[in-house]
Formats: sequence, C-alpha cells, structure tokens
Amino acid sequence: MDKLILGGVEFESRLLTGTGKFSSKDEIPKMLKASESQIITMALRRVNFNNSDENILNYIPKNITLLPNTSGARNAEEAIKIARIARAAGCGDFIKIEVINDMKYLMPDNAETIKATKVLADEGFIVLPYMTPDLIAGQRLKEAGAAAVMPLGSPIGSNRGIETKAMIEIMIENIDLPIIVDAGIGKPSQAAEAMEMGAAAVLVNTAIACSPNPAEMGEAFALAVKAGRMAYKAKMAEESRYANASSPLTGFLHNN
Amino acid sequence: MSFYKEIEKFKGFDLEKYMEELTHEEIKKSIGREKLTKFDFLNLLSPKAKDHLEEMARAAQRRSVQQFGKVISLYIPMYISNYCTNECTYCGFNKNNKIDRKHLKLDEIETEAVEIAKTGIRHILLLTGEAEGLVGVDYIEDAVKILKKHFDSVVVEIYPLETEEYKRLGEIGVDGLTIYQEVYDEKIYRSVHLGGKKSDYMWRLDTPERGARAGLRSINIGTLFGLGDLVKEAYLSGLHAEYLTDKYLNSEFSISLPRINEAEGGYKSKYILDDASFVQFVLAYRLFLPKAGINISTREVAEFRDNLIGLGVTKFSAGSKTNVGAYSDLGKSTPQFEISDNRSVAETEKAIRARGYQVIHKDWELIV
Ligand code: SF4
Repeated sequence: MDKLILGGVEFESRLLTGTGKFSSKDEIPKMLKASESQIITMALRRVNFNNSDENILNYIPKNITLLPNTSGARNAEEAIKIARIARAAGCGDFIKIEVINDMKYLMPDNAETIKATKVLADEGFIVLPYMTPDLIAGQRLKEAGAAAVMPLGSPIGSNRGIETKAMIEIMIENIDLPIIVDAGIGKPSQAAEAMEMGAAAVLVNTAIACSPNPAEMGEAFALAVKAGRMAYKAKMAEESRYANASSPLTGFLHNN
Repeated sequence: MSFYKEIEKFKGFDLEKYMEELTHEEIKKSIGREKLTKFDFLNLLSPKAKDHLEEMARAAQRRSVQQFGKVISLYIPMYISNYCTNECTYCGFNKNNKIDRKHLKLDEIETEAVEIAKTGIRHILLLTGEAEGLVGVDYIEDAVKILKKHFDSVVVEIYPLETEEYKRLGEIGVDGLTIYQEVYDEKIYRSVHLGGKKSDYMWRLDTPERGARAGLRSINIGTLFGLGDLVKEAYLSGLHAEYLTDKYLNSEFSISLPRINEAEGGYKSKYILDDASFVQFVLAYRLFLPKAGINISTREVAEFRDNLIGLGVTKFSAGSKTNVGAYSDLGKSTPQFEISDNRSVAETEKAIRARGYQVIHKDWELIV
C-alpha cells in the first residue's frame, strides 16, 4: 500500500491507536502487534516518569512512533508546556495538540489549537492538531505549520461514527495536508468509510481498547483501513443521487 | 443565578404521587434513552426501578466503559487539622465533642506527605475542619505548596471560600475542590447545622460555583446520605451536578455518595441507604451524567467497593485514615469517622486489577 507521510516520516500503516482505556497495560503490545499500527498516542498527563512499573513507555515497543498528546490542556499555553515536557522526556518530536475547554461535550478549541500549533511547529515539532472539523481552521492550521490535521468524526468516545462527514469531505478536498479522522470511530466499517472518503489515516482508541479482545479488534480495524484505502485509490464509481434513466426523459424534444 | 432556583422549582412537586403513577414501562424507556431527561433520572431513582437494576447495570457499564475505559483512579485523603468551630450534629469534629484534637505544623505535613508518597499515590485530597483563625487560607496555601512537591494533583476538601481565595489556591497548583452540600433539604440542613458559619445554607450551596468561577478544574459534590429523604437528596445532588456541568463548561464535575458512618457524637440516622439503593443511585448517576466522575470512598466496605467496579464508578480513595497525622504516627487524634475498607493502597490495587481494571495513579498534573 502507498505510504503515509507525516512530517517527512514514512509509515506503512494508516491506523493510529491510543493507550488510554485499556484494562491493563499488558494489552497494549499485543494490540500493536495485531493491528500493525506504527503510531500510538498517549496522554502525557498520565505518564508517571518516576515509576517504571507504571510508566506507559515501558509497554510500547521501540519501533513504534510515540504521539504524545496534550490532553488536559485548557489553552494554548498549557498545550505548549506539555509538548515541551514530552520532548524533554524523550518522547520524540511528534505531538498531538489537544486543547479542550468544554468539559460537557469535549469539543476542541480550534483557536487555541492554531496558536499552539504555530509555536510548536516553529520549534521543530511534528504537530498533529486535533480539531473540530472546519475548513478555515484547517487552512489556518496548515499555515501554522501542522503536519496533518485531525478532525473529529463525532464526539470523543461516542462511537457514533463519522457524523461530521460533510465537513470532513470539504476538508479533504481543499486542504493539502493528510487529514486523519480522530474520535468517534466505533466500528471497522466506519474506519473503512473514512478511508474511502479519502482520509489519510484514522485514529482509533476507545473501540479497540474497550473491546473484550483488543488485539483481535485491532486487527479488524487494520483490515478495514486497508480495504478503505484500496477502494479510495481504485477510484470508486461516483454515486448518483438520482437514478439514470436509460432513455432520456426529455428525448422527445430532440426527436425528428 | 444559583442552583437554589432549581431547588425551588422542585418544592411544589408531589414526589409521592409521581412515584405512585410511574409505570415499569416508563422506567424501561428511561433506561434505554441515550440522553436522559430530568424525569428519566427521577424514574431511575424511584423505588420501582429496583426491579430493573440488572438492566440499569448493563446500560451503565456500557456507558462507563465507552466514556472512561476500564480504569479506576486512586487518591488518598490527608487530614491536617481537626479543630472546628461548627456544630454539625453528625460529625466527630463538632466543636462540642470532647475529642483528641490535632493541628499539623508545616514540617509535620511534610512528614505525612513523604509517608503517603511511599504508597505510590500521586493524587491527594487535603482535608481540614472549619477553624478559620487556626486554619486560615495562608496556612492552607503553605500546606499545598508542600504537597505539590510530593504529589501530581492536590484537591482540597476544606471550608467554603470566596472565589478570590479559590483563585489563589488555583494559582499555586490546587486543581480541584470537594464540597458536599450534606443535605439539600433546607429545613433538615438547619436542624443538623446548629452553629458556626456552616449553618448558612446558601453560602454552602453556592460554593461549587465559586470554585468553578475561580477556574478550578475538578469539582466534586454530593449529599451525605442519612440526613434527608434518600430519593430527594439523590435527585437534587444529581440535578446540581447537571446544572454545574451545563453552566461551567471549563470544569469537570464528579459526584460522591458518602453514607453516614459511625462517628464521635453518636448521630443516629433516620434514613438508611441500603446497599441495593446505593447501587441503584450509582447507576442512575452514571446514566444521567455520562461524563461525570463517580467517587467511592473507604466509608464503604472492601467487598462492596470491589463489586461496584464496572458499574460506573471512576475513582476510589485507598489506604485512607481520617485522623490527623495518622500516616506517620504523629500522635493521637480522633478520626472524623470510621473507615470500613481498611486495605492498603497495594491491596486495593490488586483487587481492582483482579476485576480486569487498570489502576490510574496519575491522571493529571497541574503545571504551575
Ligand atoms: S462536618 Fe466539617 S464543619 Fe461540620 S463539624 Fe465536621 S469538620 Fe466541622
């Protein structure tokens, strides 16, 4: 399959996974192996650097790219601080910006996200901002130096699929960056749908971590993502809203 | 605006009649609803809903795992002073009780912190009685500064403060506030708070809002079960959490269900929340407030707590002691109430893992 390129780094897999919500950290390496995911996001706020038993980094194989996220940040300033701590702690240059200031719906704050993206991209981070789907905000993120944008498919943890489809399609069409659908994907079929739409990748956490068998579910998602990508590349037939009449309805006008 | 307006709306409501007319069909519908209304919530708290506990439990489990995953966060309470100028009839620290009082000096707070940190706990709840002269905001600030050296998160359960004072605490790294209304029924409130500043119902009721306005990130509320009518109290505390969630988008709200435990002063409760109703209330909270944290303290016995894992609870206290200076044996002091789950932090963790849940020690760190 064609490679996913983020900030100049190449990846074979287009499935990004997460570390949150697993019943035990031991499940994480098994899931990574089965899903072939090469990028995993983790909330820096949960990382306990002082205690090696608890340190999530010990459960992630070395060949996997870490995508620390700034979850818990309420504004750009906090996100920037968290990103810098992540890099100083040896988590690499990738950072997923997550700025949430609305604890009721957990909607990302696009304006603050753009600010944080600018500062961090200038500092050499490979910035992947999580955002509420919006074309203009997506373009601003690109200008600010984002390596990809990550619009939500539906509210985080909701498993409702791609309810924001129309917005994401506009972003895919008009923003010249990889668009990674993040949040809301609850089933492999929804991941396939995102890929068929032309998303560059998907990030799936809850649906895999909370499955009774995360490794198997990870594999199911991997297959769905591959199928969706393949279909997109093969250029699916355009769907028509109306049936094409086999003989034209206005043909009589041209008769004789 | 105050939550009091919502309480007033409820005043003319004929709860008994409503409960009598409620049908099992309506309860089933309420359980199945993706987004519950205030009436759905009330339906789930009703005595008739006891017949549907299993169905509620399944729905609550699904909702919880989806929202939070299979994780339980741990914290530990630390009492720094048990002097109090209030007269809460149900509390061991009531000023009229002849108990062993203790007030930690700053170096003693540090000694306690070091001892607690050895258990692996990273989140701490700082508690104190209400004695403003002795336990002023300056003293609390000093205590917080010490605790911040040893823990990632500091939450306070102290007497109500002004918004500006909460701001001060927020600036030095306090990220949360626990404040129980104790009882939402005003008449009962007056009858159990006989003296001191705590007898001011409105001052207490509006405290979580002052905390939220000050920008504190996490606010935990609740009623103390045993003081008032069980369903009414559960209902109003749930509505309070909903009201706060809707009004203050910047803070996270959670809810606790403390039941009165034996304390010095021998308060005898008229309203006993039995285990089945306790579980029912946990489930109703989870379904009504899918994003709220639900907190279970060591007031509950070990086995019962373990059985609640998977039903919607998100936070446990562990290894708790409710006497001042208890973790490092700093001398005698009377506990606020009896602990029912006496397991150590390590034992609690083991029990959580045995249920297929991950223990979270660090869920947040406020960088100041
Ligand atoms: S409940 Fe609080 S305010 Fe009331 S007596 Fe006890 S410590 Fe004092």
